[in-house]
Amino acid sequence: MLTFYLNQNKIATSLHHGTVLLDFVRRESRLPGTKEGCREGDCGACTVLLGEIADEEIKYRAVNSCLLPIGSLAGKHVVTIEGLNLRENTLLQNAFVDEHASQCGFCTPGFILSLTDFLLNNPTLNFEEAILAVAGNICRCTGYESIKRAIKLLLTEVESRIELSLDKRVPELVRTGQLPEYFNTIPQKLARLEFDVEPENPGKIVAGGTDLFVQQADKLLKQPLQFIDDGQQSREIYRENDQCIVGASATMEEVRKTPVFREILPEIDTYSKLIASKPIRERATLAGNIVNASPIADFVILLLALEAKLILQIGSASRTVDLHNFYLGYKKLDLQEDEHIHNISIPIPNPGFKFNFEKVSRRTHLDIASVNTAAFFAVEENKITDARISAGGVAPIPLLLKNTNAFLQDKIIDPAIVESAMKIAAEEISPISDVRGSAEYKRRLLQQFIFAHFHTQFPELIGAEVLA
Amino acid sequence: MKNKDTNLHVRGESCFVDDFPCPAGVLHAAVKSSAIAHGTIKRIQIQNAEKLPGVKRILCAPDIPGENQIGSIIQDEQLLADHEVHFIGQPIAIVVAETAEIAREAVELISIAYKEKPAVVDARIAAKNGQLIAPPRTFSCGDTDLAWAQCETISSGSTETGGQEHLYLETQGAFASLKEDGGLQLISSTQGPTAVQRIAARVLDLPMHKIEVDVLRLGGGFGGKEDQATPWAVMAGLAAICVRRPVKLILRRHEDMIMTGKRHPYSSDFKIGLTQDGKILAYEATYYQNAGAAADLSTAILERTLFHASNSYYIPNVKATALSCRTNLPPNTAFRGFGGPQAMFVIESAIVAAAEKMGVDASSIQEKNLLKDGDELPYGQIMAACRIKPCWQHNTERFNWHEKQRDVQEFNQKNKLVKKGFACMPVTFGISFTNTSLNQAGALVHVYNDGSVSVSTGAVEMGQGVNAKLRTVAARTLGVNPESVRIDSTNTGRVANTSPTAASSGADLNGHATRIACEQIRQRLIEFAAATLKTESENITFENSRILVSGRENDLTWNSLVDSAYWARVSLSAQAHYATPKIHFDKSKEKGHPFAYYSFGTAAVIARLDCIRGTFIIESVDIVHDLGTSLAPKVDLGQVEGALVQGIGWMAMEDVVFSENGQLLANTLSTYKIPDIYFAPEKIQTHFLENAAHPAGLFHSKAIGEPPFMYGIGAWLAIRNAMKAFRPQAEIPFTAPFTPERVLMALYPK
Ligand SMILES: Cc1cc2nc3c(=O)[nH]c(=O)nc-3n(C[C@H](O)[C@H](O)[C@H](O)COP(=O)(O)OP(=O)(O)OC[C@H]3O[C@@H](n4cnc5c(N)ncnc54)[C@H](O)[C@@H]3O)c2cc1C
Ligand code: FES
Ligand code: FES
Repeated sequence: MLTFYLNQNKIATSLHHGTVLLDFVRRESRLPGTKEGCREGDCGACTVLLGEIADEEIKYRAVNSCLLPIGSLAGKHVVTIEGLNLRENTLLQNAFVDEHASQCGFCTPGFILSLTDFLLNNPTLNFEEAILAVAGNICRCTGYESIKRAIKLLLTEVESRIELSLDKRVPELVRTGQLPEYFNTIPQKLARLEFDVEPENPGKIVAGGTDLFVQQADKLLKQPLQFIDDGQQSREIYRENDQCIVGASATMEEVRKTPVFREILPEIDTYSKLIASKPIRERATLAGNIVNASPIADFVILLLALEAKLILQIGSASRTVDLHNFYLGYKKLDLQEDEHIHNISIPIPNPGFKFNFEKVSRRTHLDIASVNTAAFFAVEENKITDARISAGGVAPIPLLLKNTNAFLQDKIIDPAIVESAMKIAAEEISPISDVRGSAEYKRRLLQQFIFAHFHTQFPELIGAEVLA
Repeated sequence: MKNKDTNLHVRGESCFVDDFPCPAGVLHAAVKSSAIAHGTIKRIQIQNAEKLPGVKRILCAPDIPGENQIGSIIQDEQLLADHEVHFIGQPIAIVVAETAEIAREAVELISIAYKEKPAVVDARIAAKNGQLIAPPRTFSCGDTDLAWAQCETISSGSTETGGQEHLYLETQGAFASLKEDGGLQLISSTQGPTAVQRIAARVLDLPMHKIEVDVLRLGGGFGGKEDQATPWAVMAGLAAICVRRPVKLILRRHEDMIMTGKRHPYSSDFKIGLTQDGKILAYEATYYQNAGAAADLSTAILERTLFHASNSYYIPNVKATALSCRTNLPPNTAFRGFGGPQAMFVIESAIVAAAEKMGVDASSIQEKNLLKDGDELPYGQIMAACRIKPCWQHNTERFNWHEKQRDVQEFNQKNKLVKKGFACMPVTFGISFTNTSLNQAGALVHVYNDGSVSVSTGAVEMGQGVNAKLRTVAARTLGVNPESVRIDSTNTGRVANTSPTAASSGADLNGHATRIACEQIRQRLIEFAAATLKTESENITFENSRILVSGRENDLTWNSLVDSAYWARVSLSAQAHYATPKIHFDKSKEKGHPFAYYSFGTAAVIARLDCIRGTFIIESVDIVHDLGTSLAPKVDLGQVEGALVQGIGWMAMEDVVFSENGQLLANTLSTYKIPDIYFAPEKIQTHFLENAAHPAGLFHSKAIGEPPFMYGIGAWLAIRNAMKAFRPQAEIPFTAPFTPERVLMALYPK
C-alpha cells in the first residue's frame, strides 16, 4: 500500500505507482479543481503543492501533477485547490476576483497554487519573484495584465495585513486565515504515517519523471518502476576537496540553491530562468537531464563546460566517466543495463574564471532551446589559458566544441580571434533542420553566441563591430 | 460589478465538461484519425482493437443512422471518413470503452490501409489547380486601373500570415446521455449549441426537439468552438445511442491540435498607389486563403477579409479579390478577428512598403488616410459616427507619441546591439455577423415568486464575461440588485435557434433580447403596482429592488410586489427576440450596409530587439479604444488586454508548422508556443475613449471581443522598425509571425 496525505485526507492506494497524480486526484479522488491542459508540464493548469518533511520542517513546492507519478508520494502531502479553500476567500483568491484576473477560469486554480508556493516560500515577497512563480502557468485569455494587477494587489494586501517571517510561514498563514487549519496538523500526521519502503525492485528508474512522463505515461503504467527520488542521501550536494558532488536525485532547484554550486556558477539564477519552469525544476534532476540525452539538455551544456564527471554504479561496482565521453551517439550512452548515475562530480574552478550561458528558443521562457551553449574561460592578461565551450542543438549529442576550444587555447583575445572562433565553431557542427529551427539558422545562432560569450565576458575587448 | 464566475474559478469550483460527476455506467470514447493527408481508405481492421478487454464497441461510418455530413455552410465534410481522407487527423473511427485509456490503447490497435494521393498544403498551388471552396469574390470601388496613372508612388509585394492554434485551455469535449424516448442530452463545450443540435439531428436521424444541448461554460473558445466543437458532441451522441450508455469524449491536447482546424494562413499580393503628399489613391489586393480540407466557415471568413481590406483608411479606388483554397490541412476555422486580421496585415504591409519607397514614416501615411464620417467603404457602407481620428488623436496626446518616438531614436543612437522600434496600429472593425440572418437572438427570463430572476439566452460564457453583462442588463432593466439575477446555462430547450456566440456580438444580440424580455415583465409589474398603489404607471419606477412612486420610496419592495403579482396571476416570465435593424448586404452587387456599427481604436507599440540573438520584447503598448459606454469596464479591459496579447502571439511567436506532406509538426505545447507572462508586453496602458456613448448600442455600449486582437499587428510593425534601425538595408519579407529565427536570418543575410 502506498500512503500519503491528499488535502486533509489520508490516502492508501494500491494503484500502479506510475499513475500520474493528475489522474489520481481527478478520477480516484473526484477533485476536479485540478485541470488537465496538456499532460506534458507545459501549461500549469494541473499545478498542485507537494509537501514533504526535510530537516524536520515541512516544505511545500508547486509541481505539475500531470508528470508526477504517485509512486513518488509515499509519506508526502499533496494539496489541490480544494485543499486550500476556506469558507471565505483568501487574500490571494480575492485579489484575482477583484482584478478580474480570471476569464474562462481554466488556468486559474493552477495560478492560485503557484502563488501559494510563492507565499509559502519567498523570503521577500516581491513582484518579480511572484512572476517567476507563475512563469509555468499559461493563460490564453487574460494576456496576463490583470494577473499582474492581482499580484500587485495581493502584495499590498499581504504587506499591510500580515507579518510574515520566513521560518513559520505555514502556521502564520493558517493564523491569518490564508491557509486552512488542518495544515498545522500535517507534520505530525506525516510523521505517524506508516509506509512500506518498496524493496529496490529492478525497473525503469524514475527520478523527477519530468522527462519520462511526457507522452510516455501510458506505457509506464505497464512496467515496473524504480523510484529514486526518496533517499535524502542521494539528494545531497556537497563539497569534497576541490569537487562539488551532486547526488543522483538532486533537483535543478536544489542545486541552484546550494552555496557550493552557486560558487561555481554565480549567475545560476539567471540561467535557471531560461530552463523549464520552477515547478519542473523542482522535480527535474541533473541526472535525469544527463540520461535523457537530449542534444539540447541545458544542464548538460552547463556541466560540459564545467568539465563534470559521472560516477556510475552497478550494485557495488562503480566507475567514473567524463561527461563529454558519456554520449556515444544520438541518445546512445556509455551506460550499461542496470547501471545508474550515482553522483555527478564538478571541479570547482580557480577564482577569476569567466563563465557564460546562452540559449535561444522560440519563447524565451519555458521552452526547449533551438541552440544553447556555455563557455568557461580561464584568462591571464587577456590570454586564454583554458577554453571550454559546449553547444547543444547542433549535433546528435550535446557537444564540446573541440576544434574551437583547441583554437582558442593560448590566444590573446581580440576581434580577429573571435571572428575565427565563430567560423571554426560553425564548421565543426552538424545541425539538422527541425521544428526548433533550420540547420542554417542554428549554425548562424551558434556563431552569434560565440560572439556573445566574448562580448559579455570581455566587453572592453570585443565590441559591436564584429557583428557589423 | 464582480464577475460571479470568477469567484468559482479561484476556488476551483467551476465545472467544465470533464468536471461533471459521471453517472454510473459511463463509457469513454477516443477517436482514430487518418494518418495520411490525402488518399483513399482500402481497409480498416478493427479485430485486434475489439479484442482488447474493456472495449465495448468500435464505430465507423456505416454505423451512422442519418447523414454522414457535418458541413454547415457547404456540405462537404463527413463526420467519419468512409472512403476518402483529406487531412491528417480526419476522424475515421470511434472506440467506446470502459476507460479513456483503454479506448486510446484500442485506437492504436486499429490498422488502416490507405492508397495515398498527392497532398497539397499550399494555398497558391491549390488555386493554380483550381481547388477552390467557392468561386472567388471581388469587392471594388472606383477604378484602380485608371487611378494608377495619377499616383506618384506605387508599391507592390506579397505577404504571408501564418495560422494560429486556438489553444483554448480546455480541450474539445462532450458528454452524451440518453433520454427515455430515444432522445439525447449533449453537454458540449461549444460556442454554437444550435449548431451541435442541428448537426446531431442530421447525423443521428432525430428531430431537433429530441436533442437537448446544454452548455454551462467553456474553458476558452476564441472561435475554435464555433463550428468545430460539433463533431465531438455528435460522436459522443452517436456512441451513446449505439451502446445505450452515457458516453464521454474528451480530446487530449495533441489530439485536439492534430484533429481541429486553426486560423487561416493567408498568402496575399498587394499593389498600392499614393499621391505625392501621401494620400492613398488606389489599392489592390488578392488573398489566397488556405481553407484546409473542408469549407467549414471559410467562405464567411473570406468575406470578412474583403470587408476589412482597407482597415481604417479611406481609399477611393479599391479592388480586392479573395480565393478560398482547398488544401489537405485540417479545415481551418473561425478565430478571433475572423479574416479581418489577415486583411489588415496586408494593407499595413502595403503602407510600410510605400512609406519606405517614399522615405517617410509609415505612421504619417496611416494618419493622413484615416476614415471620417461620410466616407464610403468599398462595399458601399457610409461611415457614420466615425471615431478613428479621435482615437488616434487621443493616443498621440495622452501617451506622448512624439516624445516616445524621440526617445526611441535617441536610444538607437546610443545602443549598437539593442534597438527599439515604434509603430502605430489603427483598427476599424465592423460589428455584426456578415451573414445578416445570424444577427438575431432570443432570451427567456423568469422572475420566480421569491423575487429571484433567471435569465437564459443563446449566449455562451467562455471567459469573455457575457454573463456579467447580461446580469447588468437584466438588473438595470428590472431595477433589481444584480445579486438577485442568475444567468442560467445555455440550453437549446430554453432558447431555440440560436446563433453561435461569435463575431463579438454575443452581448449585443443576447443583451438586447434580455432587455426586451425584462422590459415586458417590468411593464406588467409596473401596471400591477400602479393598480395596487392606485397611481399612474408613469409614476412607478424600480430601483435596487425597491419600488418608487414618483421617485419616493414605498412599503412595496421588489420581492413583495413580485409575490403579490404572482397571486394576482400576472405572468412573471417573458420570452423575447431581437434582430439587428437596418443591416443588409447584396452579394450579387457586393454592396450594402452589413454592419450595425464599427468599433474603433489605436495602439502604439514599442519593441526592443536584441540584435545579437534575434530575440525581442514588446516593451509597451498604449491603446485608446472606443467601446461606447462600457457595460462592465473591467470585463472590457480584460478583453482588450487578452486580445492584444493573443494578437501579438499570432504576429510574433505562434508558428503553426506543417510538413510538406501535411503533418502538423508543432503538435504539442512543447513545440507550439503561445505567450507566457514574460512574453506579454512589459507595460500595457489602455484608455477608453471618453464621451463615447453609442446611442444605438446596448445601454450605449459597443462590442469588444475581437477588435483589439488586431493591435497585435502593431507589434510586428514595431519589431520590423527595430530591425531596420539595426540594419537599414535589411530585406525583411512581409511574413508573419516573426520568430527569433526569421529575425536573425533577416538581420544577418548570407
Ligand atoms: C515542460 C518541460 C520543460 C522542460 N524544459 C527543459 C529545459 O528548458 N531544458 C532542459 O534541459 N530540459 C527541459 N526539460 C526536460 C526534463 O525536464 C529534463 O531533462 C530533466 O532534467 C529530466 O530529469 P528527471 O529527473 O525528471 O528525469 P526522469 O524523467 O525521471 O528520467 C529521465 C531519464 O533518466 C533516467 N534516469 C534518471 N535518473 C537516473 C540515474 N540516476 N541513473 C540512470 N538513469 C537515470 C530515467 O530512467 C529516464 O530514462 C523539460 C521538461 C518539461 C516537461
Ligand atoms: S496538464 Fe499542463 S502542465 Fe500538467
Ligand atoms: S482565464 Fe482562460 S486560460 Fe486563463
